Amino acid sequence: MTTDPDRRKFIQAIATLAMTGGMLLPAVVTATPSEAKAKIKEITNAARLNKGRVKITVPVVADHGGRVDVTVTADSPMTEADHVKAIHVISDNNPFPEVVTFSLGPDAGKAEISFYMRMAKTQNVYAVVEMSDGSFHIDKGTSTVTIGGCD
Amino acid sequence: MSKPRLRIPKTVKKDEIFPVKAMVHHPMHNGRRKDKITGRIIPRFIINKFICEYNGRRVFVADLYTSMSENPYFSFYLKGKESGAITFTWTDDNGESITASHTITVQ
Repeated sequence: MTTDPDRRKFIQAIATLAMTGGMLLPAVVTATPSEAKAKIKEITNAARLNKGRVKITVPVVADHGGRVDVTVTADSPMTEADHVKAIHVISDNNPFPEVVTFSLGPDAGKAEISFYMRMAKTQNVYAVVEMSDGSFHIDKGTSTVTIGGCD
Repeated sequence: MSKPRLRIPKTVKKDEIFPVKAMVHHPMHNGRRKDKITGRIIPRFIINKFICEYNGRRVFVADLYTSMSENPYFSFYLKGKESGAITFTWTDDNGESITASHTITVQ
């Protein structure tokens, strides 16, 4: 009989699982909504947060939290005088609130960015946009996560 | 790390706003996952910086954290100012970088 390496790995995994008492999956410790709010306050230096001029799009239901499509669009002419300087993406139910920070300018032509993020649980994701005049704009998206994607 | 994948037009008109799509293969270990065989925690190992330069001008920068998915992908826009090179740099937690370059013609 030949030994199938996959079979061997499988048996090893079972043995490890038995030894560790099945405690391979620790509970996800996540940032809280208040930590997310504190992070936003830190980024904006407690400046006023305006609504509008920014839109974050996330799926209503994310089947798999490991790869969730996010799009952030800011309404800006992207000229030397008036452009988006930075976009901060903040999550309120992942291990850490920061997801990604983008720095851009008039060379971008238009402020529209897409990427994929992980979601541990059902959560709100905030897009905080910093304009060249120093003003801040915020929008929130909510996704219901079926299978968490941070562990 | 393997070869990055880029999708950018070869030729654009002057002042045309064109899409840029860039992806690199990377596990983006968030420092929380356990090795399925050994049960040990895999240390954090992510791409933490992505820089896009257009003829030497820094036009788009991303600071990444552990919440980003593996094989980080970005889609964004640039404005066609002049012909030249658009270069991309991804830097990981060990300070190692991977680069890619694209030649664009502005008519």
